[in-house]
Amino acid sequence: MKRLIALPFRKSLEIAFQSIRVRFFRSLVTTMSLVLAVAFLCYMQTCDDFAQGMLASGDVAAYEILVQAGYDVVPGGANIATSAKQRWIVILSLLVCIVGIINAQLMSVTERFREIGTMKCLGALDRFIVRLFVLEALMQGLAGSITGALLGMLTAAVSSTITLGTGAVATVSWPAVGYSLLLAIVTGTGLSLIGVIYPAIIAARMQPVEAMRVDQ
Amino acid sequence: MTGKTIVRVSGVTKDFDLGKIVVKVLKGIDLEIEEGKYLSIMGPSGSGKSTLFNMIGGLDKPTTGKVFIDEVDIAQLDAYELAWLRCRKIGYIFQTFNLIPVMTALENVTLPMTFAGMSNDDAVEHGMDLLKQVGLEGRHAHKPTELSGGQQQRVAVARALANSPAIVLADEPTGNLDLKTGEDIIDLLKELSSNRNVTVISATHDYKMLNVSDQVIWIRDGRVDKIQERSELEIRTGGLE
Repeated sequence: MKRLIALPFRKSLEIAFQSIRVRFFRSLVTTMSLVLAVAFLCYMQTCDDFAQGMLASGDVAAYEILVQAGYDVVPGGANIATSAKQRWIVILSLLVCIVGIINAQLMSVTERFREIGTMKCLGALDRFIVRLFVLEALMQGLAGSITGALLGMLTAAVSSTITLGTGAVATVSWPAVGYSLLLAIVTGTGLSLIGVIYPAIIAARMQPVEAMRVDQ
Repeated sequence: MTGKTIVRVSGVTKDFDLGKIVVKVLKGIDLEIEEGKYLSIMGPSGSGKSTLFNMIGGLDKPTTGKVFIDEVDIAQLDAYELAWLRCRKIGYIFQTFNLIPVMTALENVTLPMTFAGMSNDDAVEHGMDLLKQVGLEGRHAHKPTELSGGQQQRVAVARALANSPAIVLADEPTGNLDLKTGEDIIDLLKELSSNRNVTVISATHDYKMLNVSDQVIWIRDGRVDKIQERSELEIRTGGLE
């Protein structure tokens, strides 16, 4: 007899999705920190894209505007230099975001310990539990990153138009903006996945006997 | 009446190491449980009743001694086989019902069937059938929070029976229910045990359970105090502590 326990991928997706939907508010809070961090990352990147577009146009007036807007442009240079300080701020915000995600996911595991224990009593393997948590994180990560990236890009477009004038929109390289968007989405989803690893392992290692405990 | 032995516990002891002191919870238990029996494990709190119960359910491993389910030593099983055992051989019923809150009654019942590899259509059909058997026809789309305690426990009973297990383990199944609802659940379990030849093992201190039990195992201070058959019990009715 084949003694195999199975959880089809579609069913896992269904369970993960339902889990997010039912705990919508909680998921929203978890996702919010990601939205903000990704929006910030994307904003920084896209702002640079707009400035880069202006610089690449080779216009002298455009150069003046960039200098006035506070960009570090080397005369005759072809690239906008991102300052080290700026990069650190972005990295820091992403770090804070990861810590926030780990914290939220750990709480979610604690809240659901009975549910996880019960699933194990019903025959769930450790990896089903990991898979459910990873899928949830993936969905939250994608939703949060896409929202954040779009938010960041729109804000960058509006603020660049204000500081750099309408010329910024005309000269910007849209593939570069698209690349920045993609980068922000991939980074955000990656962060969400990194954040869930430790909580998911804790959840998977939980003993089924926990489900029997009466006190909450 | 000698049926097939489904659970055999031999020389089981269990120590819990609490750092400074080691608590000996079980001090050598030998038991044989026959197939199709309705069995109650009784004992005061702290007697090791729950620990023994968890051993039989494969949820905990003994310090020394062996637990055999269907003549298989469960200490020898790997994680996959243990999961298979929990999924197919044993049905669990908990004091706190433990339904998955995000799922409907039907989804709760079909989850173990999905784990067992049953197709979705078959699982839904079988799940509806089980819900009907426990008297919850038409409530399949309700979430656990939309059901009363007794109804939730009925869903749990249906879920425990999902993969037609040989053993149903019930940990204080009536502990969180009122008198009448508790009786209903006991009757339901008894009915299922005799109709399906399922071995029902329940840890309890609910005396209502005694009336339907074929056998009562009294645990006291980590040892089997006495094992009473039903006939012996009836003589003593009214004289229970």
